[in-house]
This record gives sequence, C-alpha cells and structure tokens, in this order.
Amino acid sequence: MSLSQDDVKRIAKLARIEIDDGEAAATQGQLNDIFELIAAMQAVDTAGVEPMAHAQEVYQRLREDVVTESDRRAAFQAIAPAVENGLYLVPRVIE
Amino acid sequence: MSLTDASLAALAAQLSAKSVSSRELTQHFLDRIGTLNSAINAFVTVDAEKSLAEAAAADALIAAGRAVPLTGVPVAHKDIFCAEGWLTTCGSKMLANFVAPYDAHVIQRFKAAGMPSLGKTNMDEFAMGSSNETSYFGPVKNPWDPARVPGGSSGGAAAAIAARMAPAATGTDTGGSIRQPAAFTGITGLKPTYGLVSRYGMIAFASSLDQAGPMAKSAEDCALLLNVMTGFDPNDSTSLERSKEDYTRDLDKPLAGLRVGLPREFFADGLNSDVARAVEAAVSDLRKLGAAAVEVSLANAGLAIPVYYVLAPAEASSNLSRFDGVRYGYRAPEYTDLNDMYAKTRAQGFGAEVKRRILIGAYVLSHGYYDAYYLQAQKIRRLIADDFAQAFKVCDLILGPTTPGTAFRLGEKSGDPVKMYLNDLYTIPANLAGLPGMSLPCGFDSHNLPIGLQLVGNYFSEATMLRVAHQYQRATDWHTRMPTL
Repeated sequence: MSLSQDDVKRIAKLARIEIDDGEAAATQGQLNDIFELIAAMQAVDTAGVEPMAHAQEVYQRLREDVVTESDRRAAFQAIAPAVENGLYLVPRVIE
Repeated sequence: MSLTDASLAALAAQLSAKSVSSRELTQHFLDRIGTLNSAINAFVTVDAEKSLAEAAAADALIAAGRAVPLTGVPVAHKDIFCAEGWLTTCGSKMLANFVAPYDAHVIQRFKAAGMPSLGKTNMDEFAMGSSNETSYFGPVKNPWDPARVPGGSSGGAAAAIAARMAPAATGTDTGGSIRQPAAFTGITGLKPTYGLVSRYGMIAFASSLDQAGPMAKSAEDCALLLNVMTGFDPNDSTSLERSKEDYTRDLDKPLAGLRVGLPREFFADGLNSDVARAVEAAVSDLRKLGAAAVEVSLANAGLAIPVYYVLAPAEASSNLSRFDGVRYGYRAPEYTDLNDMYAKTRAQGFGAEVKRRILIGAYVLSHGYYDAYYLQAQKIRRLIADDFAQAFKVCDLILGPTTPGTAFRLGEKSGDPVKMYLNDLYTIPANLAGLPGMSLPCGFDSHNLPIGLQLVGNYFSEATMLRVAHQYQRATDWHTRMPTL
C-alpha cells in the first residue's frame, strides 16, 4: 500500500492541519516509509485473538451525582486567546 | 559526600538533622542549573523565586516537626506536568504561552510531600521523540558528550540528573521515554505498572500507554520517589485502587532464588557489541549475587514497533484534537474562517514529528482502514502481552539491554523517522503490555558513553525490580560515575 499526495492532503484536511504541496510531497515519502514498517503486522494470523485496547481490565467508575468542582471560569479564561463576557471568541460561523 | 552527588536518603538525613536547609539545598541546585544549563539546555523554565518560596515552606514543615521522608528535597519536573502558575509547554510552540491553571496529581503529591520544584525540564514535543530533538525549545545535549543526544522524550530530566543539576526528576514513558534517556545518560529510571501513577494533569500523548515515573541516580532513590508518586486518584479513570506500598521494603533482601529471564529476541542481530558485552557481564554479576538466568522467548516482540506506530498515533490524533486555538495555547494570527483558524493554528503550532503522528493516527482510524490497522494492532498487542505472561511462568523478571546502541549524534537520525523509531525496539513491549520497566547503568562503550540494563517485571513487581537493581548497584559502581563538565 502506498499513499498518494492527494491521500496526504485528504488526511491533513481530516486532521485540520493546513499543508502545502511542498510539505505534502515531503510528508508523503516519510509516511510511506512508516507504513512500510507497519506492514509487518499484516502477515500475522490473528484469527480468534481478542483485541487488547488497554493494559488493565478497567471499567468506568461511578460516583455520586454531586458537585465536586468549584467555578474557575475566570482562571481558565485568563489563558484563552480571545474571550468576551465569559465566552470564548471564534470567527463567525453563522451569517 | 557533597550535596551535588548525595543520595536522596542522605539529603533527607541532612535536612532532618538541620545541617542544611531546603532553601540552601534548592539554591545549591539552582546555582548548578545557572552554570550548566546554557550548555545542556535541560531546563526550559527556571523560576528561582517560586522554587525558593516552596523551599521556605518545606523548611517551615521541618521546623514544625511535620516533615515526611523527603520533605525539603528539590526535584525537577518534566514539562508535560501541569503545575499551577508555571509555564507548561510540553516542548511545543502550541503551548509556549500556557501557564497551567491547576496542578497535575503528580505535582500535588510532590507538593504534599514538601518537595520544592527546581523547574521544568525540556522534552521532545508532546513526548514524541527518542532524542529530544523535536523540542520547540531546542535539543538537549548529552552531558557525557555534548555532540550527542540525551535520548527522549524525557531527555531534559535525564540530562539534568546526569549533570547533577537536580538530585531527581519526574519523567513519563509511553514507549521508552524514561528508560531510553536513562540508558543514554547513565542514570536510573522506572516506568511503573500502567495505572499506578495518576495521569491527571499530565498532558496526554497515548492514553493507554502513558505512565509517569521517577528518574534519579539510583534504584534506592527511585524507590523513595515512587512512594511519593503512586496512589489512587479519582480524577484519572484508569488509576488503580490499590493499597499503598512501600517500594523500599525489599531493597536489602538478597537475590538467592531469583530467576532472571533473558529473551533471546533481545540479544539478536542489531544489538551493539559493547552493549551486549555489558549486559552479559551484568547477568554474570547477578549470578554471583545468587540469581539464576533462564532463556525465555518473546516471539512477537519484533512486532512491537509496527503495533506501537499504529496505536500511539491513533490515540495521539484523538488526544491532540483539543489543540484548536480556542481555549488555550497558540492561535494563528491570521485566518479567514473557523476551519481556516483550526488548520493554520495546528499547522503553525505543531512541529513536523507531531504532525506526522497525527496524520498516521487520522489515517489508521479512518473509514476502511480501521480493521486492517487499528484492530489488527490491538490483536497483536494481546499476543505481545501473552508472550510476557508465558515468560513470567518461568522467571521473576526479564532482563536485557534498554537500547540497541548508546547515545547517537545530534542530527544522526532526525531526518529519518523510521531509523529513529527503531531505537525503542526493546522498551515498547512493556508499554504495550502495561508492565513495569526500568533502566539502570551497567557499563560504558568504547566512546565512554553509558550503557543501560533493562529490567521488565510482572504487574506490580516494582519492589522486586528495585531490589534487584539496588543489590546490583551495591555490588557495582556504574551508577556513581559522573560526566566531566
């Protein structure tokens, strides 16, 4: 399997990372080298093997439905790129 | 013994005897950082005022008779841990302006123990790297040879300890990021069983693999630090609810009857001959101490790198989607609309290696490829964990080299991602299985570069691993060697 330059651009779009033609070309070669390394997996017979998602057999703990956090909006918004009246500002999305 | 070179127990004893104050001790290491950091670049943030205020608070605890074992001993923290009021960059331009609004659980534990912070250590960007060359703040130099890398991603922490700029440090290990730099710099580092140390406030890379652990000059020091760092935390959904252990409890027990497993796959082609010789000498030292060596097989270990480079990027692509320029961190100065703001922010804020891994992750999780890559990798992950389970039926711990070679030159592998990835061949399997692993010094190569010995234990066998390492360090002096600076 080999990624085309268009594949690289499509993935970059999915990942919300702007990429120009020069970068896409350079990245294409590197990603293909990496996928060549990864291809070693394909020869392994894993029929009947249970996928292992996690190192420990953990499950989500439940807790009482009570307030545990204090209001720290001012502290959290102090480090935001743009805020106004307690809201995070982003470019207009609805005309 | 000087303060510079003293063990944590010796420093704690001096503090408790009041022959030195935490302020004096902290100032001593701040002075060493001031002298050495411009050449080594181990620290990205130093704030003497904050460090000394924490030291003064520790002195007050000692004076009031409220000290716990390491109260007053300063430590350095990898810049992946959020520390309230401290710049927390994760080695990235994306977070170059990020002052954390809260403390990671690990930071809370050190604060509760009255252990001042010496500052934040340099690291590969978002912990993605094996050489510290992907840091936005420039590479760290190996104190043993400034033309060489210290390893990564906890390279700043390792170099800081090797150069005695800090008596100990925190690190994190997703595929070898504590053990590989420990090996390259001649220090001791331990990645605990997954789930023992809380990930709360530790900036996420690959959540099913990330684990924080101690880095220091000896196994005894690591045991004392592990006592501080471990413990249940309800803020981490994968934190294990276990009763508290004392990791120093078995340090002085002899090794008679211990069975050490040598995986034949870890001594195969590609292993540097100096490293092989040093590891074999360590095995013979352990035999003299009463341990028996048995050969074991980890037949699927060779697949660990392919599996890791599917799973870790998949998890990273999801974890790093939070960096969008909206709530914190970098935002591109110019953009046309919301999507353009995301795309430019992420293009400008992330470095090349981080972008590569996000792209790999986005691809292997995308429609049509999920089964062939992600699911297949999770299945082989199970086979790798099963190999360890089989091996632990005939041995108490597994021993081998930490890395195939010693510290390489700056720039030697940074242009070739695959070459860089192959460096973590022996460390990644423990992360995939969630097992504890550690690296300790066991010799030097022909260039006078440190060689690391890796121990991998069964789940929750840290006390045994630390015992073996401590007994080995009582019989050898590799861990006491210091680079000439």
